[in-house]
Amino acid sequence: MVNWANFISQCFNGLVLGALLAVISSGLTIIYGTLGVLNLAHGAMFMLGGYAGWLAYTYSGSFIVALAAGSLFVMLVGVVTERLIIRHFYSRPPEDQLLVTFGLGIVFVEGVRFFFGSLSKTTPPPALFQGITDLGFMFYPTYRLAALGIVAIALLVLYYVLYKTRIGMIVRAGIEDSVMVDSLGIDVYKIFMLVFGIGAMAAGFAGIVNAPVVSIAPDVGEAILVQTFVVVVIGGVGSFPGAIIGGLIAGEIISITSMFNPAYSYVMLFVAMTLVLVLRPHGLLGTAGRE
Amino acid sequence: MLRQRPFLVEILTAIALIAAPFVLPYLGFTPTTINRILIWGLLGIGFDLLFGYTGLLSFGQSAFFGTGGMFAAYMLTETPLENTIVALFLGTIVAGIIGYLVGLIALRRTGIYFAMITVAIAEVFFFVEFNPLSEYTGGENGLPGVPTPNLELGFTTIQFDSNWSMYVFFAFWYFVGLVIALRLVRSPVGLLLRAIRDNPLRAEALGHNIHGYKLAVFVIAAMYTGFAGGLLGMMQGFMPPDAFMFATSGEIVIQTAIGGAGTLFGPLLGAAVWLYLNDLLQTTLHLGASWKLVLGIVFVLLVCFLRRGLVGAIADLYHMATREKDGARKVEPAPAPAVMASSAPAPVRAVPDPAPAGRNRAIDKSGQILQATGLTKRYGGVVANSDIDFTVDYGEMRGIIGPNGAGKSTFFKMLTCEVPPSSGKIVFEGRDITSMGVNDVCQLGLTKSYQINQLFERLTVRENLAIAALGELRGRFKLDLFRSLSGVPGLDEQIAKTASLVNLTARLNTPVSELAYGEKRRLEVGLALATSPSLLLLDEPLAGMSPQERVETVALLKSIAQGRTMIIIDHDMDSLFELVENVTVLQEGSVLVEGTPEEIKNNAKVQEAYLGGVQGEMA
Repeated sequence: MVNWANFISQCFNGLVLGALLAVISSGLTIIYGTLGVLNLAHGAMFMLGGYAGWLAYTYSGSFIVALAAGSLFVMLVGVVTERLIIRHFYSRPPEDQLLVTFGLGIVFVEGVRFFFGSLSKTTPPPALFQGITDLGFMFYPTYRLAALGIVAIALLVLYYVLYKTRIGMIVRAGIEDSVMVDSLGIDVYKIFMLVFGIGAMAAGFAGIVNAPVVSIAPDVGEAILVQTFVVVVIGGVGSFPGAIIGGLIAGEIISITSMFNPAYSYVMLFVAMTLVLVLRPHGLLGTAGRE
Repeated sequence: MLRQRPFLVEILTAIALIAAPFVLPYLGFTPTTINRILIWGLLGIGFDLLFGYTGLLSFGQSAFFGTGGMFAAYMLTETPLENTIVALFLGTIVAGIIGYLVGLIALRRTGIYFAMITVAIAEVFFFVEFNPLSEYTGGENGLPGVPTPNLELGFTTIQFDSNWSMYVFFAFWYFVGLVIALRLVRSPVGLLLRAIRDNPLRAEALGHNIHGYKLAVFVIAAMYTGFAGGLLGMMQGFMPPDAFMFATSGEIVIQTAIGGAGTLFGPLLGAAVWLYLNDLLQTTLHLGASWKLVLGIVFVLLVCFLRRGLVGAIADLYHMATREKDGARKVEPAPAPAVMASSAPAPVRAVPDPAPAGRNRAIDKSGQILQATGLTKRYGGVVANSDIDFTVDYGEMRGIIGPNGAGKSTFFKMLTCEVPPSSGKIVFEGRDITSMGVNDVCQLGLTKSYQINQLFERLTVRENLAIAALGELRGRFKLDLFRSLSGVPGLDEQIAKTASLVNLTARLNTPVSELAYGEKRRLEVGLALATSPSLLLLDEPLAGMSPQERVETVALLKSIAQGRTMIIIDHDMDSLFELVENVTVLQEGSVLVEGTPEEIKNNAKVQEAYLGGVQGEMA
């Protein structure tokens, strides 16, 4: 016997989670598409965003400040990481890139644990979005609705930057063929640094938006990283629209399965991933040869 | 060195394992730590076969560690089974079966996709173990009461219940695992695994079923992992659910990277360093939770600066030391190839080409070896080849020319089944090969040398040729895991014959990465030749060569042409016309004209295609 009010509310939860996964996965996918590096520290970037936002909120008391400061901080971390470490790995085998980003992820997680401890932190939602809203057919936490809006705006901004600006055109050209972009007289290393920063920021931003929904702990990024992988496999590596569709599919699968039995949410996610791998090996919107 | 004393590594390992309990405690290792190192080392052997040898980086080994361990623990605690060794092997088999099923899915993709899929699958195992199966696995409590190892001898049972007696048990199995892995690494399969790591596409094109070998090594790694999981439960007297956690998969990756991948011993050394630092930082220096931060930083620095891990660094130091000592001796063989190269045509012609062995009896037959009809390839809206009809007779030397973008390479790719045609049919030696895979076609005797060198860069010339020859000698898939590479009949002869044909005999033990461009180009042709093809396709064999190298290569091609059927694409028409009997001209994806070199030279249409209608303007 399915409780319909519960079902609809879970569908909304799935939408919120899916939108968050879409933002995080877009970050992962544009980094991989442009730089050719799978960033295993991406989950840690999500976690860093949550902590940076929480810290900024603690000092300023403003959610907007937290959102801005946290995003910028993670972007800075991304840019510095690219400049100091990742850059030296472009010419090395992909396994080395996986190893170093995996190691960086550990350093970030353990660094945060060192400074802030293992106990979880809570950022309250901004005053404007506290409480619940009557949608006519059900009551739903206001902040989650707001989060959906914030993330949707973020995705639109990302879309605008990627598809309507000069820099976005260069990034998309870099995803297709970064050597060619380089030979056209554009300094791809600068672009790479920027892309890594933007990609990291996407994860960090999602971490801050998510912080009032679920409390944060140093290892919060691990599960997110796994879910992001599934999203990217479903959507297709290097595809921004693929990340969005994959994110929404994964979010709904997790939420709706959780209604029946949370333990099976990963199993269902895995079934979906396997189906995509069997039917469309390059992902729903991926293209062949981009591995 | 290893060739002369084949059991040296095994003997040294045995000595080290016997000496370890007498030495390591003085360095601050506790018996529990030492036993733990052996478990991780054993798990690491399997992981190294997968990652270091085959290049498949799995972040999902926890699934097999947990499954093997849990199954063995369940058998011992919940069923009447008391024989721990039987339980271990049952766990190993179950882990292998799970590995096979997971491999079927994960190996559909390579590279980062493979890494991501293994992570996702391992996470599924974690959740399934924790919840739906908690009745059998104890959920978050794990399975307590796992007995210590025992050995039933019929008249008595030996219990390994103290730390040091357990060491004997673990060290024995580590040694067995290592001996098996060493045999495997030295077998033909071991060489093919490294071929897959260096260049999977070429390994496939040389007639090997690489998916089969990848699946095999994935299962083997899962079995090693499952066995180690069983040992963990026995050591702790309790099978922890943490075995299923992502951290387990991460740790084996870290330990292998620290120790050095591709050495079999790397993971053991890495585990020793990792667990030692773990003990030191936590208990001696009282760093508490921040020990992982320190280890994380150490790991990142190591990946940045010590590319091949500790074993790699030790090997480099050893080579530096021995190279300085043998400086004079090493210089000597270097000039030899240069001399050979300059006088290349002479020795090439001197090689008598005996009637090629094996399936290459093409010359005895007459009629058509290859018939392609209506061959068309479309890429979206672009038509690369349209409606090509093409036949080649046994023993013929055929040239294909055409301006850039005429669809020559696409045509070759369809003939070797690298890309499926959009429509049309290809018949090779009376058999329809249109929908076959590239390795099947190579097995039938049709192969190609590539326009851009596709070699196994990290392997020697000998190993490269062996990979090619093994395709013919062993078939597309064979699990001869315990046969020595030198025990494959006919392999050495085939390598020697091919090497002398392409004039690389003096370079057999040189790694490909150290070869000159011309030598690499000859090896590229050699790889195709070593498969004993009855029809050999050469895609621009002269590309990028100096005039001198061209002369030598044309002589080489002439010498190997006897008794073979060949199709050659090249832009160097003077050289090509000298080599071939008939020429096909492609233009804009279609056959423009066919004829002898004389006819082609004087054909108005060909001149127009190349010179852009000069004739028309003149008229």
